[in-house]
Amino acid sequence: MKLELKGVTKLYGETAALHEVDLTVPAGVRVLGLIGPSGGGKSTLLRLAGGLEVPDAGTITVGGDVLARDEATLTEHRRRNGFLFQSFNLFPHYTALENVMLPLRVVQGKSPAEAREAAEQCLRRFGLEKHLLQRPAELSGGQQQRAALARAIAARPRLLILDEPTSALDPEMTAEVLEVIEELCRDGQEIVLSTHEMGFARAVADHVVFLAEGRVVEEGKQIFEAAAHEQVQRFLSRVMKY
Amino acid sequence: MKTVAAWILAVVLGASFAFFFYLLLTYNYQWAQILPYRGNLLKGWGVTVAVSASALVLSAVIGAALTAGQLSPVWPARWLSRLYVELIRGTPLLVQILIGYYLVANALQMESKFFIGVCLLAAFAGAYLSEIFRGGIESIAKSQIDSARAIGLTGSQTYRYVVIPQAVRRVLPATAGQFANLIKDSSLLYVIGLGEFTMQARETNANTFSTFAAYLPLAIGYLVLTLPISYWTRRLEERFRYET
Repeated sequence: MKLELKGVTKLYGETAALHEVDLTVPAGVRVLGLIGPSGGGKSTLLRLAGGLEVPDAGTITVGGDVLARDEATLTEHRRRNGFLFQSFNLFPHYTALENVMLPLRVVQGKSPAEAREAAEQCLRRFGLEKHLLQRPAELSGGQQQRAALARAIAARPRLLILDEPTSALDPEMTAEVLEVIEELCRDGQEIVLSTHEMGFARAVADHVVFLAEGRVVEEGKQIFEAAAHEQVQRFLSRVMKY
Repeated sequence: MKTVAAWILAVVLGASFAFFFYLLLTYNYQWAQILPYRGNLLKGWGVTVAVSASALVLSAVIGAALTAGQLSPVWPARWLSRLYVELIRGTPLLVQILIGYYLVANALQMESKFFIGVCLLAAFAGAYLSEIFRGGIESIAKSQIDSARAIGLTGSQTYRYVVIPQAVRRVLPATAGQFANLIKDSSLLYVIGLGEFTMQARETNANTFSTFAAYLPLAIGYLVLTLPISYWTRRLEERFRYET
């Protein structure tokens, strides 16, 4: 994965969600995990990398391309990535199948038959073959998130960005979604994800970054055993306690 | 206690209705006087249907255009649409009809009262519709738009596939209600001498002095048009209930 941030600042009003962040993902990393307290800048970093927002300062490089600031180029960038939100965000007026087909038809320009074939395949892969024609309101949270994941990977994205994919789910549904993500990791999909599931981050991520108050506090998987910063130690010991 | 209160209320309401219908039914109508005018009344009803149906289509177009104007990134478009909507919604339809007919249509040398009536009615209803449409579009959650952008849809594709289909479902009930209003508002077009339903009822009354025999069919004639609309609205609401 090629992902690099140089002096990236993102402001929301007066507060800086990210403050002059420099980050270079080491070579060979396929799965990058972002951890840290809520409001620390994880979502903002993902939204910037996904081209959903534009930084106020600094440059972001994804896969060798420096992200532009104009909407047309950003749309191109978004088409090459998959993005999954915490709150599923399926389109409520479409069935699961239509949700996955929409980007294939409209964005990729596939014929309805091709799009249907590809969409069914993705949904079947995530165990949703019985729910193809159901609308989001008829699906459980876990099923919705798996359908949203199917939509995100249907167009074979270069990079899959997952913003706290299980935060809105109960433990059982969390497990069913994490299994699917783990499978994607095993298949070699490049993924950046933010999560509060420390065990999961530790298991699947090749590299982790700890963000707090809009800054990178510490990075590297060694932080799970021996974090250098007290803030990281405190955070990890607290979230791992129960 | 609650059930007792409910029953008392039901009895009182039932009795009131019964009394009301008793008054309606026992009134000394002079149907015989009206009879020669039935052709005129029927013709007037036809004009009302035609004027309302045409204005309905045109008002939807005007409403959509005003909505686009209000949501436009171009500030003069926003400003003008806003001004138009506020002026129309803030003034009585009667005044608008008089100004529109005697000043505007006169200056433009428009002849057809029917066409002028359709335009005036559509101009009025369009302002209300645009507020309904705008509310519908703005009620679509930002997360939906985020999601549409994330899968690579352009701005116009986002509107076409995500925002509009959801907004349409949300505004249907209010839109249908506005259409029912439009049908009733068309009754004001008698002031420009358009021979629609109300005008015919007024003339009939003027000639026969049998007020209720002329106006009761008028009320029923409007109900025949508006009741199906409310029935249809309810059906639609049920059909789209899955979303919540």
